[in-house]
Amino acid sequence: MMLNIGPAHPAMHGIVRIVVDLDGEQIQDADVEIGYLHRGFEKMAEEVDYNGVIPYTDRLNYVSPLINNMGYCMAVEKLIGISVPERCHYIRVILSEISRIGDHLTCVGATAMELGAFTVFLYTIKAREFLWDLVEKVTGARMTVSYCRVGGVKADLPEDFAEPCAEVFKEVRKVLAESDGLLTRNRIFVDRMEGTGVISAETAISYGITGPFLRATGMEYDVRKDSPYSVYDKLPFDVPVGTTGDNMDRYLVRMEEMEQSMQIVEAALLDIPGGAVLVNPETGQPIPAAQMVDLAKMGEIESISGGCAVMGPTLEGSGRAQHASIAVDEKRVAMPAKEDTYGNIEGLMQQFKLVMLGHGLRPPEGEIYFPVEGANGELGFYVVSDGAGRAYRIRVRPPCFAIMSALKELLVGDMIADIIPTFGSVNMIGGELDR
Amino acid sequence: MTSSLIETVTGQFPDSVSASHAFRGDQTLVLRPESVLEVARYLKEDPAMQMNLLVDVTAVDYSTFGKSPAPAFFASSGVTVRPSSQIPDKDPWPGPPASARFTVVYHFYSTHHKHRLRLVVPVEESEATLDSLTPLWAGADWLEREVWDMYGIQFSGHPNLKRILMYEEFEGHPLRKDYPVNKRQPLIGPVN
Amino acid sequence: MQKTPSFLTTRLDEAIGWAQKYSIFQYPFVTACCGMEYMATACSHYDIDRFGAGLPRFSPRQADVMFVVGTISHKMAPIMKRIFDQMADPKWVVAFGVCTCTGGFYDNYATVMGIDTIIPVDVYIPGCPPRPEMVLDGLIKLQDKIQDHRASGRRAEHETRPEVFEV
Repeated sequence: MMLNIGPAHPAMHGIVRIVVDLDGEQIQDADVEIGYLHRGFEKMAEEVDYNGVIPYTDRLNYVSPLINNMGYCMAVEKLIGISVPERCHYIRVILSEISRIGDHLTCVGATAMELGAFTVFLYTIKAREFLWDLVEKVTGARMTVSYCRVGGVKADLPEDFAEPCAEVFKEVRKVLAESDGLLTRNRIFVDRMEGTGVISAETAISYGITGPFLRATGMEYDVRKDSPYSVYDKLPFDVPVGTTGDNMDRYLVRMEEMEQSMQIVEAALLDIPGGAVLVNPETGQPIPAAQMVDLAKMGEIESISGGCAVMGPTLEGSGRAQHASIAVDEKRVAMPAKEDTYGNIEGLMQQFKLVMLGHGLRPPEGEIYFPVEGANGELGFYVVSDGAGRAYRIRVRPPCFAIMSALKELLVGDMIADIIPTFGSVNMIGGELDR
Repeated sequence: MTSSLIETVTGQFPDSVSASHAFRGDQTLVLRPESVLEVARYLKEDPAMQMNLLVDVTAVDYSTFGKSPAPAFFASSGVTVRPSSQIPDKDPWPGPPASARFTVVYHFYSTHHKHRLRLVVPVEESEATLDSLTPLWAGADWLEREVWDMYGIQFSGHPNLKRILMYEEFEGHPLRKDYPVNKRQPLIGPVN
Repeated sequence: MQKTPSFLTTRLDEAIGWAQKYSIFQYPFVTACCGMEYMATACSHYDIDRFGAGLPRFSPRQADVMFVVGTISHKMAPIMKRIFDQMADPKWVVAFGVCTCTGGFYDNYATVMGIDTIIPVDVYIPGCPPRPEMVLDGLIKLQDKIQDHRASGRRAEHETRPEVFEV
């Protein structure tokens, strides 16, 4: 019997069509059809300039948007040949790991919900809300953040970041402990997850699978350890590896990875080089930003030059005080601090050259490939530039594309009810799969 | 270690490799289209290479390389802004390989030796066919289907070369530079 | 068809409207990133269940409101139309997220620029993605619409997109 598990189906993960050939309840053959969320990321990336691609990258793997942002920005920075300040690296790593925790929470919660454990879903989404509150403190948005820029990040961490972070992690650890207690030794959960969706390490590598999926089969490949980028080589963490490659191992690997991500963030918050403090060094008096702009337009720059302005919430953290720690020194890449844009002619020229149509950020001609560890595996950006202000070609190597191409192997031989936990543990994100 | 991969492969296949570079540390080889399968088999099976992970297969359409249109900002003044790079490069890129319209780009990685390699294969528009790598890596299946869907490059020996991201009724190959961004071909509803 | 409204029939319409608006069975047609905010709205922090709309019915035959959440591509559009046709009257559609309202910033060959070109939409919730508070605001507007739908004798007129935009 042929059964169509159509594009609109209850699993909350994404839209995909699986046409299965059944013999009773056993799956003889499965045909997976994707492309229902193809939004033309690669074509749009050729239409906008380099910094304009960042909102599009947010919506690739939309549960962990900061990892995509970071990957893209680091790729373009490699193409240009610059490296951001160290504090900026730490900020990016901290936020990437927080995103990764959010992604794994969503995956575990959704898998549990589809198997009937609705409570675990509510707990994990509650923990994800706390993490999103943290992200909102730093970036201003909950989910689609567009936080990184080529050459830095948008704004510095707020001063009081470490304490709320510690509290949120306490809550997240509580939720993880609760979910663990509810699921890991639960007879129903174990019966449905153990032994289903088995794949061997050789098959997985042949399909190009990476990330927690591959690590659950026993092969230890993590881009953060094997091709370390940013400051991952300075931060201590372990990479959990499974043994059998079934759904249960993938669930356990993800649970452990969340704990490791929290350790990375805590270590990074201890090691992070200090940022500048948001005060005016010269006069000791903070000037409201609007007043500074007015004075500058009237030409009275002596009183404000060298001073720092009090920014409103949108620009907070991106003033002159923090500029050295969040953006690279290269004038052709990073936007100047707002005080400089309004305060002196060099800053105005720098802003003009980066923003106006016809100018803009222009990397040298070249092609590079830069991989980062996304939540699903190796997320790679292949960027080709012809020296213009827009990218010539941006290719995203999506990690779940490889996993979905192996879905047929995972399903054939199992029963139809095993599609649910297998598909749940694939963690297919439509935005990344179809772009 | 940096150029040793290029040297090894060039030593093994001197007629197939037409150029090579290591721009920003990414070792790259430009191959002739006929020898893709042979070189890929060598990369997978040779014990010094052991490239067991086919990371990515993609294509680039070089037909408008360096010919970005002058932005409208300057159109009225008659000044054309030729897109020259403003950030100078100490170690410049050699440029797009050959004069072919497309290149198919393969990225490989070895989990044993932890090294990466990129293969660039120029493909002419008139004979846009290459050998498929599906006998060696199972992941090449869907990746090559996507290249066919987006660029129209065929892979001989592929078990199931049909569209993957677009629907079957779609005509044309969207990522080619001559396909306009806004040209919609809706199945239902108006063309808006 | 409504004859001259009398005291009893208007009270009956109000009562039915009240019952329908507080027991929405939604069909979440979730495709993309807005789905994450939909999940957030449905869960404990921004509970949508307190508005009576907390039970998603995953069959269109059993649903009365279809939440179209996330970008609709041209490949997906016939399926969305089919699901809309399978729903029984009275039915409403909520366009959740700016990709369903107008197409968002994906102005390219693959995306439907606004689902109201294919199916009639009752409430538009813009945002990329909309905050859960906006979703709840949209839900309340939908509830007002549902309350009135019988009293007005017909479903409210849908503003269809004009063929030619006058500038």
